[in-house]
Amino acid sequence: MRSATAGRPAPRSGGPGVIPRASTVPRASTLLAALDAVRDPELDEPITALGFVISAAVSADGDAQVRLRLPTYFCAPNFAFLMVADAYDAVSALPGVRTAEVVLEDHFASDAINGGVAAEAGFAQSFDGEAVGELHGLRADFLRKAVMAGTDQVCRPLLAAGADLAGLLEMRLGDLPPSAPLQRLRQRRAELGLPAGDDAPLVIDPATGARVSAQSAPLHLRRAQVTRISIEANGSICRGMLRHRYDSPGQGEEEQQ
Amino acid sequence: MYEKDGEKYFVVDGHMHYWNAAPDNWVPGAEQYAKGWIECFHAYMGLGPPETHWTIEHFQKYSEDDLMKDVFEDGHVDVAIFQPTYLLEWYKEGFNTTERNAEMGKHHPGKFVYNTRFDPRDGDEGLKALRANVDRYGSKGVKLYTAEWNNGSRGYKLTDPGAYRFLEAAQELGIKNIHVHKGPTIWPLDKDAFDVSDVDHVATDFQGLNFIVEHVGLPRIEDFCFMATQEPNVYAGLAVAIGGLMHARPRFFAKVMGELLFWVGEDKMLFGSDYAIWEPKWQVEGFVDWEMPDAAEFSDYPRLGTEGKKKILGLNAAKLYDIDVPAEYQLSGGGTPGAHEVLAGQPEEHAASGA
Repeated sequence: MRSATAGRPAPRSGGPGVIPRASTVPRASTLLAALDAVRDPELDEPITALGFVISAAVSADGDAQVRLRLPTYFCAPNFAFLMVADAYDAVSALPGVRTAEVVLEDHFASDAINGGVAAEAGFAQSFDGEAVGELHGLRADFLRKAVMAGTDQVCRPLLAAGADLAGLLEMRLGDLPPSAPLQRLRQRRAELGLPAGDDAPLVIDPATGARVSAQSAPLHLRRAQVTRISIEANGSICRGMLRHRYDSPGQGEEEQQ
Repeated sequence: MYEKDGEKYFVVDGHMHYWNAAPDNWVPGAEQYAKGWIECFHAYMGLGPPETHWTIEHFQKYSEDDLMKDVFEDGHVDVAIFQPTYLLEWYKEGFNTTERNAEMGKHHPGKFVYNTRFDPRDGDEGLKALRANVDRYGSKGVKLYTAEWNNGSRGYKLTDPGAYRFLEAAQELGIKNIHVHKGPTIWPLDKDAFDVSDVDHVATDFQGLNFIVEHVGLPRIEDFCFMATQEPNVYAGLAVAIGGLMHARPRFFAKVMGELLFWVGEDKMLFGSDYAIWEPKWQVEGFVDWEMPDAAEFSDYPRLGTEGKKKILGLNAAKLYDIDVPAEYQLSGGGTPGAHEVLAGQPEEHAASGA
């Protein structure tokens, strides 16, 4: 997990939002590429592909501005906060960006979220009296769901190709040919601090990192499957709602696979 | 009722509304929330077939005649269950209250079931109102919306001490069915507001109540399924699952249905149109016609036959609400067990065949 997230321990040196200036200002495409790394924590997809980025621009002086949108006015504010904060961190970290502004539009908590992120105030401060604690635990919960979903993505083709359950449990990540789903599963596991190297077992409990036993495996894989379907079905609903709300595509938007 | 290919379906719409969300009902100072709420609902309508879409003006406020035509005359529904949603901080007379529903329904005896609601943050006054509504409207069910704003609070959980008091009172008053609709609460924001673990707790502690998780726990179908499989008194409300996916995303609809049939089982799934978000007509007709696709990716899911469709469309809800169903609509045989029994019996074989 990147260190800079909602509820940062302390403002960066140089004051809120001001980053030491570099000689070259990044292009808009570089900005967008940086936003590709920002995911909706629930849907586990980039905010760009989901169509959440209205615009991403940077001035000749290195002042970056990103405008974001969501499928509904009442999308969950905690996840909205995470996306805005992560987008701010991703853009701020680019060489040549002097200031960064990320604005979430058309959301019932826009003011609290935008203000909190701009001030690097952290989540609890942004929702004074209404939120408790910070969001690290919430993000980890959803990364574990992403690991479960990713386990189904990787295991399902193996089983379809004739692998048996016992064989699957013996497999290590390094035994598998490279693929996008495998790469993604490794990344999510690494973000959680779970084993992700070639020697690590393919099927693990995302809460503990322990290898899943033969006895637990059938139910575990069944849970992995329902988790993946839930996330993908939500993604399809979110995309449909977004299209109803806004008729123009977002920057970097992609159709669901 | 609906008849197709010689089969007769008794239809209970387990989740529908009669709301007024027009500007004349918006609370001054909270207009943006009232407007945002109904526009969000309207976007859901966009997931249904284009020929069933309404203008936002019509959607904000529809008439009694509209409802009777859409739900009963055209929509095949025999009995409809009102699920009130108050939202008094945004709508002056409430979004759709028990009173508004009953006032309309009294012109159509036998057509409606009047569920009421409670809010554990209302304390003694709320208990009094619950008693009065049960007395007056004969409510056997309540609809709870956990993300409702109330006097500075931005949501609650069923495990809050106040909620236990209300659940105990509801049980004493003869309430049988608790419909839970999870929403994006702002408290506590560092937790997942859609988490259904509180339903799990209260379902264990209140064995005499049925808990119908509306919208099948969306967006947490996986948490809901895993919880429901362990709690015999937890049911799946299909509102939004059918309306939001069957037309717009048929492949995902089949997968979600497959998961629900596996984990929850056809005895514990209830149809709900979520009218006026979607009209029941296309949902009922489409659901009766629907079949699990033949492709390999669906091969490990249970199949849904005519009897299962009859249960889901009406017979399951009729049982929960003691609604009389004429003999010609009843099943000839029995049903299949819920997933909790299957899993407990043969976990390895069952799940391995799914993997």
